Amino acid sequence: MILKAENLCRCNMVTREPLLVEVSMHIAGGERIALSGPSGSGKTLLLRALALLDPLSAGNVFWNGSPVQGGCVPAYRAQVAYLQQQPVLQDESVESLLRQPFAWKTHAGKHFSKERLEKWLALLGRRSSFLEKRSADLSGGEKQIVALLRIIQLDPHILLLDEPTAALDADSATAVETLVADWLAESQPQRATLWVSHNAQQAQRVADRQLRIQGGRLLREEVSV
Amino acid sequence: MSYYALSYIDVALAAGLILINGAISIALRLKMERTLLLASVRTTVQLLLVGFVLNWIFAVDRWYLVLAMLSVMTLVAGYTAAARNDRRFPGMWLNTIVSMWVSSWLITAFALFVVLHGIGNWYQPQYAIPLLGMVLGNTLNGISVGLATLSSELALRRGEIDSALALGASRYEAALPTIRQSIRLGMMPIINSMMVVGLVSLPGMMTGQLLAGTPPVEAVKYQIMIMFLIASATALGTVAVVSLSFLRLFNRDHQFQFGLLTKKRP
Repeated sequence: MILKAENLCRCNMVTREPLLVEVSMHIAGGERIALSGPSGSGKTLLLRALALLDPLSAGNVFWNGSPVQGGCVPAYRAQVAYLQQQPVLQDESVESLLRQPFAWKTHAGKHFSKERLEKWLALLGRRSSFLEKRSADLSGGEKQIVALLRIIQLDPHILLLDEPTAALDADSATAVETLVADWLAESQPQRATLWVSHNAQQAQRVADRQLRIQGGRLLREEVSV
Repeated sequence: MSYYALSYIDVALAAGLILINGAISIALRLKMERTLLLASVRTTVQLLLVGFVLNWIFAVDRWYLVLAMLSVMTLVAGYTAAARNDRRFPGMWLNTIVSMWVSSWLITAFALFVVLHGIGNWYQPQYAIPLLGMVLGNTLNGISVGLATLSSELALRRGEIDSALALGASRYEAALPTIRQSIRLGMMPIINSMMVVGLVSLPGMMTGQLLAGTPPVEAVKYQIMIMFLIASATALGTVAVVSLSFLRLFNRDHQFQFGLLTKKRP
């Protein structure tokens, strides 16, 4: 299982200003990678590009050796799941939001499991009544938790996490790190994470390989730790 | 029943009522005098012009003239439906005009060839022009509302749509709630007017026929036909414009091309 990106380029559609410049990278099963860089350097854009969420001006994304395009894209995104920095949730109960993806064709055959979610919620220090909450009443951090659970219950291979603990207090942040670590351990060495973090200590904890991006360019040398 | 033809002096008497608007504007300093003048002149000139053109078309009675007139009407309606949208995306004008054309012509053709099969030539301007005009005027609302709802809701729900796509939803699955809402809103006005027609309002065409001396029951039959023509054309037009716009904004790689959706420059 391997994700390979070759020469990804993206320009602003209007101003033609380059946003991503010839980014090449790969993620293999079992890897834990951290991505850092100043604000506006293209961290989110790189994650979105890897999830094929935006049209690229050049470059290709390969999944297990084949380029991903057209009808294969939804199935690919189910394997390489991107978690938004500020999740936007419809105004519904947490449980119905979590059930939502199971209605989609890509996830046909998968089943919603409340027990599994309750186990994870316990790990995050939340009671199962959390599932009945309305998304409009959730805090920013709780929304991130819902979005994270919504993704990991679908068993993707790679998680692209865009500052998933940015809105959480220290305890909840640790809990999320544990949750992701548990999820990784569940099926080693199949799974991998790419974690965007502003916090150097967190980057140390959650990754074995550090990447840095600046002005839309991925720095060739990996930052030594 | 007799029919009283208006003289130009009669018309001028009615037009004099604009002085009421003018007096209000001056008294309350609304500064609308110029606009009022322009609106009055446009109403008079546009209608007189159309009257002369129609007189000529009715007199010449050739299919190609009727077709040309119908095409101009369709283009203007298509343009108007898109012009009011405060968002823009490449292909919007074409989508709107195509949707307007296909839906209104299909339904009007059904009316002319099937429902009114006894009228002789399909291109009789007496039938073709007012029927298409009514269908266009109402389909315009459906298309305009459908298009505006789709583009503003997609822009508003960008995060929601992206997170659905990121979780493996196809472009259809991600946009379906917005598509449904746009079509529903586009069809709402005509459904509403079907609910109250005759109770609250006497539609223009029926009023016209009544003034021209048609027995009420006959006028009503025409009105019922027209209501169903309008309803079906609005449905088709709204579905068409929403689907075509969806295909413009979401590509084959299941990406939402949010960058294409720009605001109209003021």
